This record gives sequence, C-alpha cells and structure tokens, in this order.
Amino acid sequence: MAPFLVVFLLVFIAPVAYSIYLSLFREQMVGGNAFVGFENYVALFVDPQFWEGLGRVTLFLLVQVPVMLGLALVAALAIDSARLHASGFFRIVIFLPYAVPAVVAVLMWGFIYGDNFGLAANINDWLGSTVLTPFAREWILVSIGNIVTWEFVGYNMLIFYSALRVIPTDLYEAAELDGAGPMRVITGIKLPALRGAIVIATIFSIIGSFQLFNEPNILRTLAPNIITTYFTPNMYAYNLSFAGQQYNASATVAIVMGVLTAVIAYVVQLRGSRKEEL
Amino acid sequence: MSTMTEVMTTADAAGGSRGSRRRPTRRPLASPLRPRKSVAFTLLMGIFVIYSLVPLVWLVINSTKTQAGLFSSFGLWFDDDFVFFQNIWETLTYKDGIFLRWFGNTLLYVVLGAGGATLLATLAGYGLAKFRFTGRRAVFAVVLGAIAVPGTALAVPTFLMFSQLGLTNTPWAIIIPSLISPFGLYLIWVYAVDSVPTELLEAARMDGAGEFRTFFTISIRLLSPGIVTVLLFTVVATWNNYFLPLIMLSDPTWYPLTVGLNQWSAQATGVSAQPIYNLVITGSLLTIVPIVVAFLGLQRFWQSGLSAGSVKQ
Repeated sequence: MAPFLVVFLLVFIAPVAYSIYLSLFREQMVGGNAFVGFENYVALFVDPQFWEGLGRVTLFLLVQVPVMLGLALVAALAIDSARLHASGFFRIVIFLPYAVPAVVAVLMWGFIYGDNFGLAANINDWLGSTVLTPFAREWILVSIGNIVTWEFVGYNMLIFYSALRVIPTDLYEAAELDGAGPMRVITGIKLPALRGAIVIATIFSIIGSFQLFNEPNILRTLAPNIITTYFTPNMYAYNLSFAGQQYNASATVAIVMGVLTAVIAYVVQLRGSRKEEL
Repeated sequence: MSTMTEVMTTADAAGGSRGSRRRPTRRPLASPLRPRKSVAFTLLMGIFVIYSLVPLVWLVINSTKTQAGLFSSFGLWFDDDFVFFQNIWETLTYKDGIFLRWFGNTLLYVVLGAGGATLLATLAGYGLAKFRFTGRRAVFAVVLGAIAVPGTALAVPTFLMFSQLGLTNTPWAIIIPSLISPFGLYLIWVYAVDSVPTELLEAARMDGAGEFRTFFTISIRLLSPGIVTVLLFTVVATWNNYFLPLIMLSDPTWYPLTVGLNQWSAQATGVSAQPIYNLVITGSLLTIVPIVVAFLGLQRFWQSGLSAGSVKQ
C-alpha cells in the first residue's frame, strides 16, 4: 500500500498542485516570478487561439463521438446477435486496431491520405480528378476523426459487448414467451442493459476528445500549414511550454481543460444515472 | 497518458463481464428466436472487418517496396521489386542500429513500467480490499478521482517537476509516471473483494502464516486472472506511450519506438529533408508485430482467466 501511495503522490497529486501553483504566477520582466492571482485565467479567456482550439475539439466531440459509439453499438449488437458466422473472428479483428500504437496508426493513415503515394492519390489518379483531399482545410478534421474512430471503435465495441454478455438469459426466455421479435428485444432489453456501458464509453470519449493531441500533432509533419500550433487546446498547452517557454500560461490551459472535462464527465454521469432510476 | 485512461475502460468492461464471457454458440438461448446464421448479415459486417484491416494490409504490402516503388505502384498491391527483407535489414541498421536501441528502450519501459505498475496496483488493491485501516475510504476516493484526471493536464507540470529533480532525459522520467495505474488498483480491489475469501485469510493467520506468506502462497493465485488483465493493459499502454516520452526526452538514444518513428517520419520535411518512407513503413510494421502478437496471445489467456474466476456466478 505504502509504495503505491508514495508514487501516487509524486506523479498525480504533486503535479496537480504544482499546476495550480504555476497558473497563479507569472514570470515578469522585472521582479521575476510574481503572484498574479487569476490574471492568467483572465488572459486565457480572452485568447482567441484558445477559443479556436476549444471550438474545434467541441465540434469534433459532437460529431466524431456519436458516430464512433453508434458504429461500436451496431457492431456489438451484431456480434451478440448470434446471427453471424465466425463472430469470434469479427470481435478480434475489429478490436485489433486498439493494439496499434497511435503513432503507427497516424503514420499509416497519413500515408494513405497523402497525395504522394497514398490510396487517396491512387483513387484520384484513377478518377482523373482531385476529389479526395484529406489534408485540405475543410477535410482535415474529418480525416482526424476517421483515424480516431478506426483506433477506438473496436475498443468501445468490446465495452458494449461485455455488457451484453451479462444480461441474464431468463430475460430472453421471458421475451420469447411474450413473443417479442429481435427488434423488440434490442429496444426492450439490450439497450436498457447497456445504459451504464454507454455512459462510461461516452465519458471516456469526451476525455479523449478534449485531450486530442497525438493525432493532429503527428499529422502536422504531413500538413504543417493546415494544423496550427493551437489546433487543439492540448497542442496549445504543449507548444506554449515547449516552444514558447510560457509555462504559466500552459499550466493555466491544462487546469482549465482538466476542470472542464471533469465537469462535463460529471454531468454526463449524473444524467446517465438519473435516467436509470426512472 | 491518454491511452492509459482509455485502456482502463476496457479493463472495467472486462471486469464487469466476469463470468459470462462465453462464446455465443455455447450460450443456450442466445436470443429468443434462436436465429439461424445469416450469410448476408455476415457479409454486411464484413465491411467493418475491411475497414479495420485495410490500413494494416496497406502497411504490410508497402513494407515490401523500395522508396521509388512506393511512388510508382498502386498502394494496395505489390510492386515488381520485392525488397521486404532488405527493408527490414536497412531499418535495423540505419544510423548504426538506432531502431534496435529504441526497441530495447521500449522493452525496458514496458518491463519496468508495466511490471511495476501491475505489482504496485496488486499490492495496493489487495491491501485496500483486505485490511482495515484509518483513511481507507479517503484513499479510495482520491484514487477513483484520479481516473478522471486527464493525463495531459499532468504532463506539463510533471515535466517541470522532473526537470527540477534532474530526472528528465533519463529512463526514470518514463518509468516513474508509468508506475501508477489507478484503474489497475481499482480492478484488483474489486477483484480481491470477490475472489479472496476473508475466512481463508483468517484460517491462514490462525495457522501462523505471516501476511506476506499468506499473500504469496494463497492470495496471489486467486488474484492471478485479475493480475493478468491489469498487466495486459499496462503493457499496451506503455508500449504505445507517445506523449510522455515526447515531452520528457530530448536525447534520441533514450527514445522508445513511437517517438523514434515519428522522428524518422519528420525527416521527410524541412530544410535538410531526407525522406526514408520505406524505413518508416517497415519500422511501423516491426513496432506493431510484437504488441499485436502479445495481445492476441495474452487475450486468450486473459479471457479464459476471466471466466475461470467466475465460479461463484
């Protein structure tokens, strides 16, 4: 117990405390490090770059998460329906991308998107046009969304699938006696049983979206003009501290995003469990 | 770190499903209508499989091409030159074998980081489940709260702290933060409550066995399916870790594979551009092979472990 707590203090509690401390101070030209209260926060709230990044991940969240969770839900219900041949194969293969490191996933997709030797280029050549431009400004978010969906759809599918497996079989027997069809079983039994799993998957997807970093940051080498240093709040925080040495502003972004994520996750959980009581 | 949090959920789902994870065919009355297998439906689901596999197939096929061949041939079919083995050889020997160095680093981080995380989570989770002490509830609440803290909110301050301690640019900067898996602790805690009977521990104490002996002879066996699950997910998380090493390390000799590969990819742009696309592709393939193999191999063990631990259902 004790060793866990010691390391836990070092890598969790101390950084959080240090972050809060940093966000309340500022390096001054004169007088060095000075306590500035909430000035960093005020500065952040009028910072258009921060809002642009936040708006982008919010849009991403509102579109990508429902699509991904919807696909995962369909896959889980299909695999659970016992109407598939080789359902074990489907389960493993759809889950497989999860084991692929994000870096490799982004590099693979990045090459596929690329107009040098990617599939997008192949298809364009074939059609004799330039229909597919995954790195264009208006498509880049979709391209990133596709990578994230590819990485995590199987993982969310597994969460849903696991929840479906624990439904007691007597419920299905009762439904059969009542003459319920497959759709009725899905809406009446399976979806209500999945509520908890859906809430968990949603919360983790929200956290993932707000933290969006790896995918855009790695794609940046392929599309440097489209993906800015403040493309997502997380990239902004990273670039503030590692390119700009503005540690105080960076810590402020981290704290704001952390609090925001926690609040939204909490609200989703409250809503999710309140419905359960009804 | 973000992968870490995501990893945890699957472990949770898997833990929740303990006992009922069986192949559908073995479950009687899988559905009220006992439906027949449908070929059309299977084919429809095949779209999912294609989507999941296309990038991986693309990677395998293109790892057999020369750099020139990448540009001149169709992406999803082989080129005339088949240089798969030359590519592997070049990847392994490029810049005095830096790839192998990165591979070794990744192994080091995985063995110490994931192994240590599993050990700490097991001891702590077991302790929380089986011993009463003051502040137990508080510990639990804080640890659960930590699951919800976004990893990247911690990354920058952790870096600043570690640089004051002189730990950045050393392997410790990667290993120490990997040691904590709040979700691993949670999983072991829940698992220990269910699978290690308190009466058994009392009987062992009556017979004069010390706490450590009891733990290592009795409890650890009962806990092993849970331990394997935690180990699997911490291994995946450390193997795939990118953000943390990116921040902590500036010396390429300590890079893990993920950061190294991205550096190779970045070589293709900039002033002194020196693209090595074929090596990036082959290196990517070599990076995912061990983790995919481990994952598939371990998953079988892990799944059977989960159903084995479910006798009480």
